[in-house]
Formats: sequence, C-alpha cells, structure tokens
Amino acid sequence: MMIALAGNQNCGKTTLFNQLTGSNQHVGNFPGVTVERKEGVIRGHKEATVVDLPGIYSLSPYSKDEIVTRDYILNQHPDAIINIVDAMNIERNLYLSMQLISLGIPMVIALNMMDEMRSNGGTIKIEDMEKVLGVPVIPISASKNEGIDELIETVLTVAKQRKKPVAQDFCEGAVHRTINAVNHLIEDHAERIKIPPMFAATKLIERDQPIENALELNQHELHTISECIEEMEKETDTDRKSAIADMRYCFIDKLCGNTVVKPTESKQHRRSIRIDNILTDKYLAIPVFLGIMGLIFYLTFGVIGSTLSDLLAVGIDKLSALTAAWLVQAGVNPVVRSLLIDGVFAGVGTVLSFVPTIIVMFLFLSLLEDSGYMTRIAFVMDKLLRKIGLSGRSIVPMLVGFGCSVPAVMATRTLPSDRDRKMTILLTPYMSCSAKLTIYGMFTMAFFPQHRALVMIVLYALGICVGIIAGLIINKTLYKGNPVPFVMELPNYRLPSLKTTGLLLWEKTKDFLSRAFTVIFLATLAIWFLQSFDVRINPVADSARSMLAAIGRLISPVFAPLGFNDWKASTALLTGFAAKETVISTFAVLTGAGASALPAALSAMFTPVTAFVFLVFTLLYTPCVATISVVKREMGSGLKALGVVVMQTGVAWAVAFVVYRVCLLFTGWRGGAALHALDFILLGAVAAAAVLTAVHAGRHRGRHCSGCSACGDEAVCAAQCGRRHARRGQGRGRGHRQENRPVD
Amino acid sequence: MTLNNLPVGKRARILAVRGEGALRDRLLDMGLTPHTQVMIRKIAPMGDPIELTLRGYELTLRIDDAQKIDVEEDDRA
Repeated sequence: MMIALAGNQNCGKTTLFNQLTGSNQHVGNFPGVTVERKEGVIRGHKEATVVDLPGIYSLSPYSKDEIVTRDYILNQHPDAIINIVDAMNIERNLYLSMQLISLGIPMVIALNMMDEMRSNGGTIKIEDMEKVLGVPVIPISASKNEGIDELIETVLTVAKQRKKPVAQDFCEGAVHRTINAVNHLIEDHAERIKIPPMFAATKLIERDQPIENALELNQHELHTISECIEEMEKETDTDRKSAIADMRYCFIDKLCGNTVVKPTESKQHRRSIRIDNILTDKYLAIPVFLGIMGLIFYLTFGVIGSTLSDLLAVGIDKLSALTAAWLVQAGVNPVVRSLLIDGVFAGVGTVLSFVPTIIVMFLFLSLLEDSGYMTRIAFVMDKLLRKIGLSGRSIVPMLVGFGCSVPAVMATRTLPSDRDRKMTILLTPYMSCSAKLTIYGMFTMAFFPQHRALVMIVLYALGICVGIIAGLIINKTLYKGNPVPFVMELPNYRLPSLKTTGLLLWEKTKDFLSRAFTVIFLATLAIWFLQSFDVRINPVADSARSMLAAIGRLISPVFAPLGFNDWKASTALLTGFAAKETVISTFAVLTGAGASALPAALSAMFTPVTAFVFLVFTLLYTPCVATISVVKREMGSGLKALGVVVMQTGVAWAVAFVVYRVCLLFTGWRGGAALHALDFILLGAVAAAAVLTAVHAGRHRGRHCSGCSACGDEAVCAAQCGRRHARRGQGRGRGHRQENRPVD
Repeated sequence: MTLNNLPVGKRARILAVRGEGALRDRLLDMGLTPHTQVMIRKIAPMGDPIELTLRGYELTLRIDDAQKIDVEEDDRA
C-alpha cells in the first residue's frame, strides 16, 4: 500500500514523516529527475509505505517540485494522500489542499501544530471542517507526537475502503458554471488518460499547458472551452488564473470564518518578529550573518571538531599499533601486514579521524536550515546575489556546499528557473566542501600550527572570491539573462527538533562511513598495491621505485610551476578525484605514517609556501567523482560535467600559480633575493586586469540602467535607456553633468 | 498606488495583480489575491527585497515585482 505525504514547505512535513516511519527510511530519487524521494514503512504497519513528496504551495506546473508531485500522484496512483496542513497558517495551506482534494484520491488532512494553536487560545471546529471539505481532518502535533496513531489508523482505513473525498462544490456563480461546463466537455478525454476530470477542468481554466497537451483536445473543443472562459472572464471582470485563485481563497476565507477561531497573534509569531528585529535589521543583519558564519567555522574547526578529531586520531593510532604488534606476534605474512597497517589503517584510519569535524559542520548547517534562518539569509543577501545574476535562494545550496557538494547540487532543485539552477550548480563547487577539511586539517597542523583557523578562513574566503568572479563571468557569457522572480515565505523561527536533527546526522555519518569503507577503502588498497610493487609486480623496498611513482612522475611536471613537483603530491591529487579524503589517505599510505606522524612526514615534502599553494589547488580543482556524476544528471549532459572538471582544474592551476608567484615575491623581498622577471610580468598583468575591471565597472554603471529598479521588463528598460541616452545627449550639449544623476 | 510605494508598517488592500506568467501565478498561489490585506513589514538591509505580512504569514518579494501589484491604503485591522 502506497501513501503519499504532501504539504507546503515549512509545515512540519519532515517531522511528521519521521514520526510515521521512525528511522526506517530509504532515500532515493524520483524516476528521471533528481528530486530526492524519501520513503519508509509506517511503524507497526509493514504493508504500508509512505512517500515524502516535495514541499509545494500549489500544483501549478512551474517548479520541478510541483511537477514531480503532480506526476507522482497522477501516474503512480497512491492508495491515499496525507495532506499535512499548518493550523497556524491554515489559509495558505488549504490552497494546496483544495487542489489535492480535486484529484479524487482517498485523502486525510493532518492538521499540524495544534498544540501551538491551543496554547495561543485558538480552536478549530474539526467536524464542521470535515463536512465542508469532504475529507477526514485529524488534529495532530508532529513535534509532540500527538494524534499520530489516530492519523495512521484513519489513513489506512480510507485507503483500504478506497474512500474518495465527498464531491464538493467549492464555488458558485460564473466560475462554478465554467468549471462544470469544461468538465462536461473534457470528461471522456480525461478518463481516457486517467486524470480526474474536475482537476483537469480547473487546470485547463488556469491555462495549464501540460494538462492541455495531455488531453489532446480537437480544435472545436478548444474553441468552445476558450469561449466559456472568455465569458467567465467578462462576468467576473478578471482573468482566468486570477478568477480560479480568487475562487479558492474566497472559499477558504469563508470556511475559516466559520470553523477557525484564530488567536490574534501567536507567541511564536511575536517571537519571530522580535528575533528578526535583530537578524534582519538594516544595520545588524550583515554583521550578524558574518558573525554567525564565523562562529560556526571557528567552532567546527577550532573547538569541537578538531578536539574530537585529534582524540580520535590518537585512538586510531593506538589501535593500529596494537594490531601491528598482534600481527607480528601471530606471524602473519609481511605483505599482508603491510596491507593492513600501511594500507588500511594508515589510509582509512586517517580519513576516519575527521568524521567528528564533518558531522559538526553538517550539524550547524542543518540548524541554520531547520531554524528558519536560512530563508533570512536569502532575504538579506538577495540583492548581492542578484549582482551575479542569481537570487537569494541560491544561497541555500551554496551554504550546503560547505558541507558536501552532492546534496548542494541536489538542493538546487528548489530553484524555480533552469538558468538559476545551472548557474548555481557551476558555482557550488567553489564553496569548499567538508571532505577537503581533512586536507586543510592535516596541512595546517603540519605547517601553520599557530594560525590554523586563519589559514582555513583565508582558504574559504578565496574559494568564495573565485566563485564570485566565476559567477560574474558566467553571467555575462554562458548564462545571460534576467534572474527569475524571488517570492519566498519567511517561516516563523523554530527550535529544530532533536529527532529530525539526530536522524539527519545519523544519515550523514552512515553516508560518510560507507564511503570511507567503500570508495576510500578501495582507493587506499589500489594506492597501497601500486606503491608496494613495481611494474613487474615485484615487491619494492622503496616506494620511489614503484609503479605509482612512475605514474606520479609522469604528471608531476604539470605541478612544477606551482612549486611542488614531488610525485607523491601529484599522486595524492590524482586520487583526490575519487574522493577528497583520499588525498590525505594517499599521503598516509605513501609516507607510511599514521594520523599522528603524517604532519612531520609532510614537512619533508613541502615548504610552508608550497603547502599553501597545494591547499589553494586542492580548494579549487575538480570536484570528486560523486559530485561530477550528480552534476551530469542535473545538467543533463556528460559534456558539461566534463567541462566542469576541465574548467575547475584550469582555474585551480591558474590561481595556485598566481598565489605561488605572489608568495614568492613577498618571501623573496624579505629574504633580499632578486626578483624574477616573471614576477614583474605577473604583477603587471594582475594590475592591468584590476584597472580594466574597474574601468569597465565604471563605464557599465554610466551606460546601462543596472541600478534602476523601475524597469521590470526589457522593453521598459530599453525605453528608459533610450530616454536617458537622449537626455544625456542634451545634457552634454548644454554642458550639464546630468549623466551622473541616478535615475529612480 | 503600487505595493512598493506603501510605507513600512501601513496596511493596504490589494486591488489587482498585474504581470504575467510564472511570477503572477506564484503571487496568486501565495495568496496575493484581490481584497487581501497586506502590510509591508520591512525592507531588506540593502534596500531590496521587501518583507510583507499577509494572511498571517511573512512573504518576501522584490521591489520590481511589488510594482506589479496595485493596492489602496486601508488601515482597518
């Protein structure tokens, strides 16, 4: 039995899903698209599976999420729908409910947040509401686990009895007549393609293209329908889409007027407004945002993460030493011993020691998201992101990118336009992912023990800066065009639930561990094998004579201009394509050092300058295989994914080269060494680029109306530009300086 | 008057939502239908977008888009 869970965003859907299924969940994708599909068995009812559909506000065919939900319900025919409705925000939530009811599938409304409603003095007449809507309504509180048993029982009953919603007339007058007329006309077509006729009729009036195409109406039918609609538009004195939306909201207003006693203003809402007085304040918002992000990074790298990681590293080393002693005692073959100790323990063990840091990073990101602060960041940063042609919404995937690029790229699905999605996908890898933390952690420990946090912040900032420059370039070249509308709900702040956060972290830990024991484990074994044997599969005493050294030497000239042409470094970078953590496990295997001894081993390979350059390169070079495969799916093109690999690596090399030369310049000056001619050329090039950019920016501001907020569409914009040019011409003629005056 | 000209803290009633396509559908879906009462709660630190209160919840939209919404001031609570 299949139960679909549908509802608005921010109405407690994930919490309810967790309550329904417990930890018994399975995450996958909807067929053909990368919208995440979570499903789980309802606890105590093995026969019933619940599918978590994306959070949406309407069944219009605009965002990917809406289309997925529609297609799922229309094509997969779930046995029942649980529609979760936020009682505190009931009007807008019921807008979706009305569309779901018209689908004619057994349905139950789960009225969530009833605890909040009651504690604020509000009530809802449940029975009256059930009668008007024609479906069972169950008051619940997902976060307090109230009413869940009754909900499960009711939904299983309606599913078993195939109890469709009792047919209701949501409206009267002209809209009602038109829906009925269209319904009558298309009934046969709708039944042929198995779409509920009432739903199809309403969607047709809303000018829903996918439904219109699916119905395959003939010219005569289309003509009759458009005549009906025109008549309705005349009679209601508004257009078709507005008439339907108005009809739904009028019905809801009436329903709520009769059944809902609303508290004047809830405590939660008042609290939210008070918090926003600081968090989105005109002057405080940006400093507070920077402060919060700074604190998160400091806590992740400086306090919690590294302390736990260091402890774990010591533990793993102890375990490794104990195992080694035991293996010797047991007289195990030295090659097998080397495989276990130098391969598995050194490689996988080193990576495992970073689990706490990565989990802490995810914890903070999920707190930002679940508390509702992420939407405020989008609100505050929208104008800034618009400068690179994106909207504030893109900040969510980008911040998730600091955790892992894979979910970040997948998070772009919530963006409403294709262009925004693709551009955000291209920029997300510049947000340094947490797997790279293993590399930064190890290198800063070895080379900058006094300034670990500072070096990391510089790296993150560098990634963001390069990302912004890339964004500006992509916006002007690859993906020209206007950003899409930015219409977003700012939900009340909520204390994230312990269970939801716990489950998410458990999910991430499992994911990381399974990667450590699959991809990283295999890569480690491969590296161990390649470095322990030569081309003729003879064991080598010195890994410098191994197969791996031969491969590493082949590519190391590429990195010579960056200051590190050690074959071990190039090999580590090569294996980093499998997963970023393998860079460190490769170093561990190649130097035969465990987590505690690795810093010393690295010091022999790099100077502080080349170590920093190496970090810059790892920060920017190609994302890992997992990310590339998601990028390929999301962009729908293997070629574009390959383009990402090439571009990122190219950019990484160029930036690392500049950083290396600039670093050398400074250390050279201090050391009194003569400057290389190349340094002058480089500095000259950088200065020229800076001047050109500045000049271009200045000219740009003067010429286009990028700063004018008046022009919504291009025609108006062009007209205004034209007028400005004309005026500027006159101004010049009269010797005025009118062109500097801002328009609007 | 259009919505972007409404002073912060003042209430108004929506007369019509202009514009077209996805933006307009989204605005209507989110409950910005004629006769709905709205209030501008605040303007983002960088001057755009704006935060509205309507139907008991907060919604943000850009000034460009707010220009497509006709309102009349209406201070009845």
